[in-house]
Amino acid sequence: MNKSEVKIKKDSVMNNETFIHYMMIAPFALFFFVFTVLPVLYSIVLSFFSYDMLSSPKFAGTANYFRMFVTDDVFWKTALNTLKFAVITGPIGFLISFILAWFINEFNPVVRNILAFLFYVPTLAGNAYFVWQIAFSGDSYGYINSFLLKFGFISEPVNWFSNTTYNMAVLVLIQLWLSMGVSFLANISGLQNSNVELYEAGAIDGIRTRWQELWYITLPSMKSILLFSAVMQIQSSFSIGAIEQALAGYPSTDNSVDTIVSMIGDIGTVRYEMGYAAALSVFLFAVMAITRVLIGKVMDSLGK
Amino acid sequence: MAKGYQYKKYTRSKFGSVVYFMFLLLAGAFSVLPLVYCIATSFKPLDELLVYPPRFFVRRPTLTNFIEIPALLGKMTVPVTRYFLNSVFITVVSTLLQIVFASMAAYVLSKSKIKFKTVFFLIIQFSLLYNATTLAIPQYLILTNLHLIDTIWVYILPTLASTTGVFLIKQYIDASIPDTLLEAARIDGAPPFRIYLNIVMPNIKPAWMTILLFAFQGVWSVSPTAGTIYSEELKTLPYVMTSVAAGGLARQGSAMACTVLLLIPPVIVYFVTQSNVMQTMSSAGIKE
Repeated sequence: MNKSEVKIKKDSVMNNETFIHYMMIAPFALFFFVFTVLPVLYSIVLSFFSYDMLSSPKFAGTANYFRMFVTDDVFWKTALNTLKFAVITGPIGFLISFILAWFINEFNPVVRNILAFLFYVPTLAGNAYFVWQIAFSGDSYGYINSFLLKFGFISEPVNWFSNTTYNMAVLVLIQLWLSMGVSFLANISGLQNSNVELYEAGAIDGIRTRWQELWYITLPSMKSILLFSAVMQIQSSFSIGAIEQALAGYPSTDNSVDTIVSMIGDIGTVRYEMGYAAALSVFLFAVMAITRVLIGKVMDSLGK
Repeated sequence: MAKGYQYKKYTRSKFGSVVYFMFLLLAGAFSVLPLVYCIATSFKPLDELLVYPPRFFVRRPTLTNFIEIPALLGKMTVPVTRYFLNSVFITVVSTLLQIVFASMAAYVLSKSKIKFKTVFFLIIQFSLLYNATTLAIPQYLILTNLHLIDTIWVYILPTLASTTGVFLIKQYIDASIPDTLLEAARIDGAPPFRIYLNIVMPNIKPAWMTILLFAFQGVWSVSPTAGTIYSEELKTLPYVMTSVAAGGLARQGSAMACTVLLLIPPVIVYFVTQSNVMQTMSSAGIKE
């Protein structure tokens, strides 16, 4: 075999290998395209059409966006609620998940595993949130009502899910209960694997409290894990809506706890105004993407 | 892994540790009490369910609520085994395919020299933002166009491309499988698929065990998007639980019993996979 023959042989091996590599990525790529990329592209196109799923789509220009931003009062209410839920359960949920992970990390592995399970179990339980419906039940049989009545804080039962003074707070509490998910596990893991030598060096450099240690050593060394956790938290905090719908109904009193996700569900699968539902989806995608970029910038500046 | 814990004691005050422990205890109670209540209530006899003021714990535990489940479900139009089989089928097929698809893609993205793999990975990384809830309406339209509405596939197909799965496995391969290990097998003439199956997969068990947990818990408790399932015989166990719970106060015990039973499989999966999950997550960072 001379040199050029060896080269040709190698090329064909490479080509064959490349082909198999493409085949191996194909199943994921296909489903990723059809159920993640295509939905986003489809929403963008459809948001400029009027479509009821019976007749074919009609071009509507920017009518859907005009309706969303200018004429639809409900949109601004749901947008504001989405923002409230996202701002509270996002950063606060993230902070709690980090602080809990940080505390848990102080214990020996057995206690640590038990504590991690205790905080993660609501996420595992999935549909068990309806327990809260019993706790916050609107009649005097509800635990919270019966407790408050007994000690004279209230004189008649409060309807926690329809009373607009309380329903947002109650639902935020339930969402926080559910927010120790993937990001919580990632934070624990990131803390456990942070570099021991850094802490020793820190002690020599005059770090005396656990807060200094956290700010100057721990946070900068696990930046990339924090960004992953933050992304997971954005994903979950902007998709809030199903539990609110189950507990407070849709529409809730004065739309007080309706979110963009629950509004999209109503406009789409109840009223079949698919163009408008698509425009709302595009708005949600855009807000999430912008949040993601901003948080990336914040994380990047951490510890600098 | 416990080594960090020894050195860090330097910066810890005893008083501080007590305060933090109290905080953890309170937060932990908030986290588990609803489920403790759930378990307690599932063992309550009828008169304790109706007592006023309501009591948190059970006084005279009974198994009646569990025993009643088959009779309650017997009133449904479809035998309960059907819901159970649907849930098991969906969970097994989706979890298995998610692991296979994600690990193959992650291997290619980590170790191959195919074109555009960096761009493709960046797109996947960005798509971590969007889940089935935010994509529900366009996914519904796509399922309609594919004539899949009211088939078991509406539960399965949208879950198959797990971006979290590809992301976590790829990061784990990057961190734990050196190129030299694969190069040796390549020189020996092993085809790529064999390298993936015999070398990569056994070495990244923590990563796919992690996806096993996330996939399992996601699919097991799934309810279909509005409008995608009409037929009773295509519904799943979480739906059964909701309809039992709708029976009012007297049915509360049985509803809780259903919840407790439904919680057992994901808890088992969690304990089986837990140590692997922690190992995988340490390489989960997004680097920009």
